[in-house]
Amino acid sequence: MSGETSTIDKMVEQKYQHGFVTDIESETLPPGLSPDVIRAISARKNEPEWLLEWRLKAYEHWLEMEQPDWAHLNIDPIDFQAISYFSAPKSDKDRPQSLDEVDPKLLETYDKLGVPLHERARLAGVAVDAVFDSVSVGTTFKAELRKAGVIFCSFSEAVQDHPELVQKYLGSVVPQRDNFFAALNCAVFTDGSFVFIPKGVRCPMELSTYFRINAAETGQFERTLIVAEEGSHVSYLEGCTAPMRDENQLHAAVVELVALEDADIKYSTVQNWYPGDENGVGGIYNFVTKRGDCRGARSRVSWTQVETGSSITWKYPSCILRGDDSVGEFYSVALTNNCQQADTGTKMIHIGRNTRSKIISKGISAGRGQNAYRGLVRVTPRAENARNYTQCDSMLIGKNCGAHTFPYIEVRNPSAKVEHEATTSRIGEDQLFYCLQRGISEEDAVSMIVDGFCKQVFKELPMEFAVEAKALLEVSLEGAVG
Amino acid sequence: MSTMLKITDLHATVAGKEILKGLNLELEAGEIHAIMGPNGAGKSTLGNILAGREGYEVTQGEVMFNGKNLLELEPEERACEGVFLAFQYPVEIPGVNNTYFLRAALNAQRKYRGEEELDSVGFLRLVREKLEILHIGDGLLHRAVNEGFSGGEKKRNEIFQMAVLEPTLAILDETDSGLDIDALKTVAEGVNRLRSKDRGMIVVTHYQRLLDYIVPDKVHVLADGKLVATGGADLALKLEEQGYAWLEDGGIATLDTDSPATTANP
Repeated sequence: MSGETSTIDKMVEQKYQHGFVTDIESETLPPGLSPDVIRAISARKNEPEWLLEWRLKAYEHWLEMEQPDWAHLNIDPIDFQAISYFSAPKSDKDRPQSLDEVDPKLLETYDKLGVPLHERARLAGVAVDAVFDSVSVGTTFKAELRKAGVIFCSFSEAVQDHPELVQKYLGSVVPQRDNFFAALNCAVFTDGSFVFIPKGVRCPMELSTYFRINAAETGQFERTLIVAEEGSHVSYLEGCTAPMRDENQLHAAVVELVALEDADIKYSTVQNWYPGDENGVGGIYNFVTKRGDCRGARSRVSWTQVETGSSITWKYPSCILRGDDSVGEFYSVALTNNCQQADTGTKMIHIGRNTRSKIISKGISAGRGQNAYRGLVRVTPRAENARNYTQCDSMLIGKNCGAHTFPYIEVRNPSAKVEHEATTSRIGEDQLFYCLQRGISEEDAVSMIVDGFCKQVFKELPMEFAVEAKALLEVSLEGAVG
Repeated sequence: MSTMLKITDLHATVAGKEILKGLNLELEAGEIHAIMGPNGAGKSTLGNILAGREGYEVTQGEVMFNGKNLLELEPEERACEGVFLAFQYPVEIPGVNNTYFLRAALNAQRKYRGEEELDSVGFLRLVREKLEILHIGDGLLHRAVNEGFSGGEKKRNEIFQMAVLEPTLAILDETDSGLDIDALKTVAEGVNRLRSKDRGMIVVTHYQRLLDYIVPDKVHVLADGKLVATGGADLALKLEEQGYAWLEDGGIATLDTDSPATTANP
């Protein structure tokens, strides 16, 4: 262990050896959003003309739209002209040169989460050289994926290398004028992931952003597109349990999933962006549009999310069940502590016959946190025999937090069966006392009870992720009781 | 034998209302004491106070447990010192596996006592051993804590936890309530198997029938916040015959179990 540490220390302490630092620096754009800014972003990324036009059109839509205010969120006004829409990666000389220069509080959290040493440097934004380990791991995986015919690369690379695929599917699930934040993302998105699974291929491994190092600073306006052709399978993991630092307060991501006939996409997210301090100062505003289109018969899209970060979360991963016999699933744990606010849920749009959807939502509020579940189940007239099951549970820890449930159900076909169950409970003083009386400490008791509450969702996560998610909840709830 | 638990002049309030009004009790290691009394006499309050439940305020008096001032300890410390409360209404903790819960409890207690924590193999060995002693199947192990348990299963689970945690002092709070006669027998047999010279037990009950199966060394009658009568096992039978009504007419400070009770109108 000590041997490993000293090697990494040395790597971290190395000076950046390449000489183009100043070049990158000069490319940060001044604040404000205009067609020129969009042109500059597009040019910087060497994009084809059609994509620039697409961005500009989205911008025109965005100008006509208003920021939505229907969510149960209290948001300070956002000055969209005060934001810089393109900042090149921070130069290495501006970064901490080693973990010694990183906020000790952050390191302590990594410790509690058991984040591997070589990962800590990357997460804390230490100069890139320390990340060599992960890069080599990434390369090995990439070779194996290529053999299977799977394309897994950054969105920018995909635009260069597979423009026909990008053009075919981009915006086909979330149109440009879908909503205010999606339109903004269409205009200014920086980077993200692109995944293409060809017909009949079962992706040989879980795809994780963890292995895609070049996406290190794409958090602000992330754009992800996953296409699963007929009969293919893919499981995609996004995010990381360790707290991510980001200088940009506004995040507006768009994720589009396309599942053709018999295809199966499983998308798991652990979101732990900076939540702000105990008084709600700082923290990320996270406005996300995620949608899966079950375009083919018998296709399946399954969302699993564990949301513990950000000061504002506005996010409704949805499924359009267009293909007959297609299946949509949404499993969610959303935790708000201190001053965090979340308005999250899903939409299940039943269009095809015999379509099925399942929603399991677990909201946990602690401190002064506010947590809203907002969900729509829509059964359209031709969706014969649609089925939905919704279970929506809220847990309150302490007396100053809130839980809210806004379920919308629209059924236009009499053969539909829609079930909705909802519970709200205060973390039982009875449950707590029961644990204490057996000798378990209060802190352990709370995390045990919360973990039990979330079990249905955690079991949907890939194994290692589930273990991390559990640890993450424990850390996120620290100080919530007592 | 030595005094394990000494309660002196205990006064306590719940939500501003005085429930215990000067209770005195001494329990020797190895003894089983039954506490009987009418509803609202403060029987459950006593158990909750000994276990340290929030909302119960001690206004006067002292509780010494194996030389320690029990009232100064946090609830989890009391548990680690060996105080076990078998709940009248064990709560459900959905999603938390019963075995996992019990191992966490046992290891928290072992850690407190400076003993090594048990790994899952060692723990499972212990659990199998205890199940055998209590003659209960391992069905409870795989379920979430009390979730969907029948009344009988919940009480059996309490006794099972007690067997694994091996407390010094066990308080059984109305363990017989809601049980049919077969379940009652199973639970009582379990308790009897856990009788030992090092362990004290307080059995709180409204009805005498439990004491047919768990024969106590002493029976106390709790009425209006005080122990108003103390006797042997046969006192319970008297109470069964004559009810608690006689206590309400001023009562008798100590009841001679051989003399007839004053009134007999339940």
